[in-house]
Amino acid sequence: MRRLAAPLLVLGLWAVLALLGPLLPLHPAHIDLARILAGPSLHAWFGYDNLGRPLFDRLVMGARTSLLVAAAVVTLSGVLGAVIGAFSAWLGGLWDRVIVRVIDVFLAFPGILLAIALAGVLGPGIGNVVVALCAVGWVGYARLVRAQVLSLRHRDYVLAAVALGAGQRRVVFRHLLPLTLAPLLVEATFGIAGVVIAEAGLSFLGLGVQPPAASWGSMIRDGTRYMLVAPHMVMVPGLALMAVVLAVNLFGDRLRDHLDVRSATARTGA
Amino acid sequence: MIGFLVRRILGAALVVAGVVVLVFMLIHFTPGDPVQVMLGESATPADQAALRHALGLDRPLPVQLADYFDNLAHLRLGTSLYSQQPIATILARRIPATAELAGAAALIAVLLAFPLGVIAAVHKDTGWDYGSMGFALLGVSIPNFWMGPLLILCFSVWLGWFPVSGREGFASLVLPAITLGTAMAAILSRMVRSSLLEVLSEDYVRTARAKGLSERRVILHHGLRNALLPVITMLGLQLGTLLGGAVITELVFSWPGIGQLLIDAIHRRDYPVVQACVLLISVTYVVVNMLTDFVYAWVDPRVRAAGRGA
Repeated sequence: MRRLAAPLLVLGLWAVLALLGPLLPLHPAHIDLARILAGPSLHAWFGYDNLGRPLFDRLVMGARTSLLVAAAVVTLSGVLGAVIGAFSAWLGGLWDRVIVRVIDVFLAFPGILLAIALAGVLGPGIGNVVVALCAVGWVGYARLVRAQVLSLRHRDYVLAAVALGAGQRRVVFRHLLPLTLAPLLVEATFGIAGVVIAEAGLSFLGLGVQPPAASWGSMIRDGTRYMLVAPHMVMVPGLALMAVVLAVNLFGDRLRDHLDVRSATARTGA
Repeated sequence: MIGFLVRRILGAALVVAGVVVLVFMLIHFTPGDPVQVMLGESATPADQAALRHALGLDRPLPVQLADYFDNLAHLRLGTSLYSQQPIATILARRIPATAELAGAAALIAVLLAFPLGVIAAVHKDTGWDYGSMGFALLGVSIPNFWMGPLLILCFSVWLGWFPVSGREGFASLVLPAITLGTAMAAILSRMVRSSLLEVLSEDYVRTARAKGLSERRVILHHGLRNALLPVITMLGLQLGTLLGGAVITELVFSWPGIGQLLIDAIHRRDYPVVQACVLLISVTYVVVNMLTDFVYAWVDPRVRAAGRGA
């Protein structure tokens, strides 16, 4: 628990700032011409940006963007992927072969390339970022759950459920999917880190949130233009981004170690 | 082995066909009329009709798809809406830059990952291990669009060692390659560590130690050689991620490669170029992965045998 203190603190801060941001007395769009590019000071710890907007306020706004996108994408793509993967493995046969091929095709686009192309074609905007990242994201969960269900489907209790006359949907949702939750949770945790980076990446490319809304990615992009005079514009959002991603990854590592113990006993019990 | 090759090539061909369909569909995902989006609001109906006809958008979808396949098979990639040049020519000009960047980044990743992974595995649970793996965690947690500006700030602006951006000479390659290679180095070094740890607990390693071989020889000759197999697969997968990551890295450093072309084309709504770039990168990835599998099968006969049994 001690080793989790720092990651949990970062994640807690991220969530609280993102959720309570609208209630705080912040002015992320307030332009103060006298303070353009002003560095960190006692009154404003994080300084001001190229339009004289307070960086802290924009950072909170960016936290909100990344948290909302991460939550939406991981939930939607996780559920979609899990259901597709589970039915693919359970139904087997032609369905399974077709779905595996579709998964292979989606995996053939390296990294966030497909998301970049989709977001580019759909046009900028946060909704399209979510759509693009879900279109890329479901594949990983589908593959994971499919593999899990393949190993579960011949368990005695599943056969018993089928023998008792449980329908396809009942078997999948009540008897198979719940047992894939542990690895799914670990995958989803790392997925949060991936989505946070991907959202910031798309916004960095100008395909994500549009001004005056803020994303850590678009803040970094704005900052790179003023790197010589105002390095804090790049440092502040970058550090926030790195802290959150690092915290999520550390948390995921611990979660995996923790859940592995349980799955190890489950294996010996089988 | 021949059977394995044929099966793997057929599988890859099927995936490429799926990729082509998906990339073909991209243009139809535009909200509203793609022609209107591409030409803007000021275009006359005649211009719109002309472009619609030129792109074949006035024909039924299956016919369009068949034409798309036919054109690709003859390497007719169409012309850019922006510069009116043949897309094949534009791509050919950009490929060397991206290949150079990806190659250099992969080299840096391998040069970093192996020493780090081996040191971490050999000195497991010591400061060396924590240090190397801490670096690896940091490497995957720093996105390249932040790492790039940081390196520019440090080594170009303050120290003045390397140019800020562009592609002129060897010095300009250093920072982009480090930016792109670090994340891959991080993932690879974790892989090297866990794979080597697993191998080092094998019986034949104990035997090698028992017959009095030097620790150096045990680790490098008996350990690392066998630990290489999963690392090769990971290397192949990561080369693809490298191509994807190159898009952002190229933008950060104004590196004139495929990635930069893709982003420019997106902002100019030059969709045929967008499609060509995405297609090129994905097909390269599929081919690289296929070649990785071949290397893997060539190194490890068990893979071939398993393939035959299936």
